[in-house]
Amino acid sequence: MNYNWDWSVFFKSTGIGQETYLDWFISGLGWTIAIAVVAWIVALMLGSLLGVMRTLPNRFISGIATVYVEIFRNVPLLVQLFMWYFLVPDLLPQHLQDWYKQDLNPTTSAYLSVVVCLGLFTAARVCEQVRTGIEALPRGQEAAARAMGFKLPQIYWNVLLPQAYRIIIPPLTSEFLNVFKNSSVASLIGLMELLAQTKQTAEFSANLFEAFTLATLIYFTLNMSLMLLMRLVEKKVAVPGLMSLGGK
Amino acid sequence: MRIVPQLLSAAIAAALISTPVFAAELTGTLKKIKESGTITLGHRDSSIPFSYIADASGKPVGYSHDIQLAIVEGLKKQLDMPDLKVKYNLVTSQTRIPLVQNGTVDVECGSTTNNAERAQQVDFSVGIFEIGTRLLSKAGSEYKDFADLKGKNVVTTAGTTSERILKAMNADKQMGMNVISAKDHGEAFQMLESGRAVAFMMDDALLAGEMAKAKKPTDWAVTGTPQSYEIYGCMVRKGDADFKKAVDDAIVATYKSGDITKIYDKWFQSPIPPKGLNLGFPMSKELKELIANPTDKPAPDVKI
Repeated sequence: MNYNWDWSVFFKSTGIGQETYLDWFISGLGWTIAIAVVAWIVALMLGSLLGVMRTLPNRFISGIATVYVEIFRNVPLLVQLFMWYFLVPDLLPQHLQDWYKQDLNPTTSAYLSVVVCLGLFTAARVCEQVRTGIEALPRGQEAAARAMGFKLPQIYWNVLLPQAYRIIIPPLTSEFLNVFKNSSVASLIGLMELLAQTKQTAEFSANLFEAFTLATLIYFTLNMSLMLLMRLVEKKVAVPGLMSLGGK
Repeated sequence: MRIVPQLLSAAIAAALISTPVFAAELTGTLKKIKESGTITLGHRDSSIPFSYIADASGKPVGYSHDIQLAIVEGLKKQLDMPDLKVKYNLVTSQTRIPLVQNGTVDVECGSTTNNAERAQQVDFSVGIFEIGTRLLSKAGSEYKDFADLKGKNVVTTAGTTSERILKAMNADKQMGMNVISAKDHGEAFQMLESGRAVAFMMDDALLAGEMAKAKKPTDWAVTGTPQSYEIYGCMVRKGDADFKKAVDDAIVATYKSGDITKIYDKWFQSPIPPKGLNLGFPMSKELKELIANPTDKPAPDVKI
């Protein structure tokens, strides 16, 4: 193929101030992490709440959580993002709308949309994992806690959830990594995260393959380190003998 | 069908007059086209009115596409291949350069600016259009030129020269604009229309195209001093001098014969599909100059 490789492109000036293309990648990585971490916190809290709701005996409450999961799991992420970015602000009252669209920094409003979108989307998936984690526990756990005189919140907080979370660390790790990868949808609403900066570098420098190779390496290294980190966490919190108890 | 005998006589005349001369062995893309009997044209899907898809057939139309067809006609003559088949390949701003390089697309004509960075990867034909980068804003609003945009939200399309210019203005002149980079022209215009930005900076001809698509085109106006001029070219594989010459010759022939004026009027001065809107965009003096003196060099830098 007739391609002109040039790996020094990352140290070249972008023609804007003193920036090099590498600076763009660094700032893009910063945004990717800022999106993913906040969206993950939203997803973990909301997902846990919904997961608990799905296992409650009350049909109405578990029904709400089921509807939530089905809606957010079955609509493509990109469609959801465009709804949060284009549609939802138009439903606000006029003066709020004007403030949101004109006075608020556009990067902030794009960031809000993507964090809300990704947080709610991932919450549906976290919910299913929390539910399966709780359902995987022997029924005797809940019965024993009840017999000891625990109230329902106490049963969940002190008995069921601590065990359920330990069981679901591996699938939760994949979800955590997915948030980092899915954060790339932000590039489509003008938030300059890692993928957006990659595309911009490719467009401006015409060195497309170098730009995407670097982005691949960054995503890979980032996700590999997170995975190793989560393995350490899993080891650290493991209670000897508990998993075999929980599993059988 | 009165046109058939005409075509026939034209074909016979052409066959009599032009005996194909193969001065040298065909190489590169010309050889590939001759052997496969097919040429692959790269086109865009929403660069109105340059190269876009207007109906369900999926075939492109537009100013650049008409020039591309003139190139195909030129090749048919040069290679003596009246049955040359045309294959279409949709490209995006991200895929257009690699697809030309790896041989998927033989010639791409759309709205690709000829610049030094891209010329490292591909060769450009002689220029086919020249634009100025300007603003689209509400007609009668206070945002008439770049100086009015201090501290405001300004939208542009990601990866364009306009984006670079806006960011450079922020860096060099402390304009403090919030630059929004939309993923394509349509979305950028939507951000302008929904009030997220007060102005949309882009190539003036494309702004006219977006304006024509608006709910009420008269609500909008193309305004502001051009911040740069850019020459669009067709892209061909780098280092294939014979093919580039064939492409250049075909384009220059439409300039010499005056056909270019017809093509221009068809896309910029008359109703165009799909909505039958007239862009009403007169030919700029820069484009007239380019047609009079064709060049395959980028437009000279303008000092802002």
